[in-house]
Amino acid sequence: MIRLGIPSKGRLMGQTFDWFSDRGINLVRSESDREYAGHIEGIKNVQLIFLSASEIPRELSSGRLHFGVTGTDVIQEKLVGFNRLVEPVSELGFGFADLIIAVPSFWVDVETLDDLDAVSAQFRDTHGYRLRIATKYHRLLREFLMKAGVADYQIVDSQGATEGAVKNGLAEAIADITSTGDTLKANHLKILSDGLILKSQATLFKSLTADFSQEENQVAKSLLKKLKAKN
Amino acid sequence: MTDLKDLSREAKRLAVVFEATGAEVVELDFLQISNVLLDLYGEDIRGRAFITNDPVYGEMMLRPDFTIPIVEQHMANSLSPARYTYCGRVFRRQEEFPDRPREFLQVGYEIFDGANPEKADAEVFSLVNEALNGIPFRIATGDIGILMAAVRSLSTTETRKRALLRHIWRPHRFKTLLNQFSGLSSKPLPNQDLEDYNKLIDKFQTIGSRNVQEIKVRLQQIKLESETDPIDPEEVKILDDILSLKDTCKVALSYLEKVSKKMPGIEKTVDNFAKRLDFLGSNGIKVDLLDFEGSYGRTSMEYYDGFVFGFYSETYKDLAPVATGGRYDALTERMGQGKKIPAVGAVLRPDLTLLIRGNNHD
Repeated sequence: MIRLGIPSKGRLMGQTFDWFSDRGINLVRSESDREYAGHIEGIKNVQLIFLSASEIPRELSSGRLHFGVTGTDVIQEKLVGFNRLVEPVSELGFGFADLIIAVPSFWVDVETLDDLDAVSAQFRDTHGYRLRIATKYHRLLREFLMKAGVADYQIVDSQGATEGAVKNGLAEAIADITSTGDTLKANHLKILSDGLILKSQATLFKSLTADFSQEENQVAKSLLKKLKAKN
Repeated sequence: MTDLKDLSREAKRLAVVFEATGAEVVELDFLQISNVLLDLYGEDIRGRAFITNDPVYGEMMLRPDFTIPIVEQHMANSLSPARYTYCGRVFRRQEEFPDRPREFLQVGYEIFDGANPEKADAEVFSLVNEALNGIPFRIATGDIGILMAAVRSLSTTETRKRALLRHIWRPHRFKTLLNQFSGLSSKPLPNQDLEDYNKLIDKFQTIGSRNVQEIKVRLQQIKLESETDPIDPEEVKILDDILSLKDTCKVALSYLEKVSKKMPGIEKTVDNFAKRLDFLGSNGIKVDLLDFEGSYGRTSMEYYDGFVFGFYSETYKDLAPVATGGRYDALTERMGQGKKIPAVGAVLRPDLTLLIRGNNHD
């Protein structure tokens, strides 16, 4: 039985259904909408597992899912050495989001990472603590800033409404995903010109750790063949 | 799988060399409060250490090293000279090298004594050398103190020197700044008038704890920077030459002595280098063969600010260093809240020495 992970909520789930159905594959959620399971119309041996998109990376890496749909951002944040654990099968063309670093718009002296580094030094001298950057993407941000040689900052955890963190006094800057930038603007923030950490979109991943029996291999092959052919 | 009995026997064998000096044997808590480590290392330490949470103390870390807690204890208790030695496990996350161990033994030795720093440098180095006796290794040495002195003696503004010193341990950013300050690359801010910027601020809502005044101060600094003459290319070249220096200690010394005629600010640190070599020589180290690298120690721990060294296996080229050490005078000052004492130390990895020795028997 092939286990396919599908985001369990919101627009991401709807668009995933549409993407599959454009390729002649109809995903069906079990009769009660509350049950987080389902199947594919006319195809046996594929079980749908509805999960939060942020849990799909873990399930793929452990091999409990054979395939799963989630964003590249959460894959890279949650899985160390992600390319040894999962393989992208297809980019789905929605759920676009850029992981970026943003600072208050009125910081007219700051446009680049160079500036952010200089301001971090100034901030620490002035305030006695490190400039705080709110994010839920701890690893990606840390790696990015380490490579860029930015020092004297600290990460504060923010699992939601991160754009409001500066205004609410929780941080001086943020790192978050954005699609249009409208929310940033509404929260008086601007993106650093070289502050793009990662471009993300919804992607179908294959687990490299899951066991595929001979039969499962057959099912997977025919499924992938159908996905390649768009109606 | 390493036999734990073998490992602990190997650790004892190494530790004996340090205990024989009469050094005080210290034990430490596994759990350390994060603040101190975070303050010193910055966010990078969160990528290297295992973090947990205590309902009372907040974030805590499984000790990633012994040196910092030992400095903390020493500075809190006394300022009299002391020698410490320890043997225990440290814990490191391994994201970049998943095959490296998450916990391993360290045997270490630290000297807090300002009477004769170069003699203390030589003592630490020679003891490590003695403990590793019989293992084929390559040794690298360097001196961050010479590098820092060279930056301090540049004929340019204090602001620039401070910016460069802050990034001694980040070679890439150091180079970017040096290029900016020597006119090789463009300035970070565009060309509008300061007044235009000040007006621009008013168009936006001010949020967060960095205030308008701080922005104006920095704009002023940027303006000043753009009006400051580039650093003399002659001086930049000396700095580059020191950074790319790679030779035996003896050759490096005579080169640096020549350089210090042109850059008198480094003279004292070069003298110290010479003194250290003398002490090493009288301890029986073959200084004529010892390698020196101008940039050595720049990408490791941020606290070394003088003599630095590392011992690497000749048999296993990809292995982490078997022993590393160095001087960290500034660290004692930062943790001593006004008090300070020159200090130098080193750590050894019994798991690695055991691996190498085992292989040599085959």
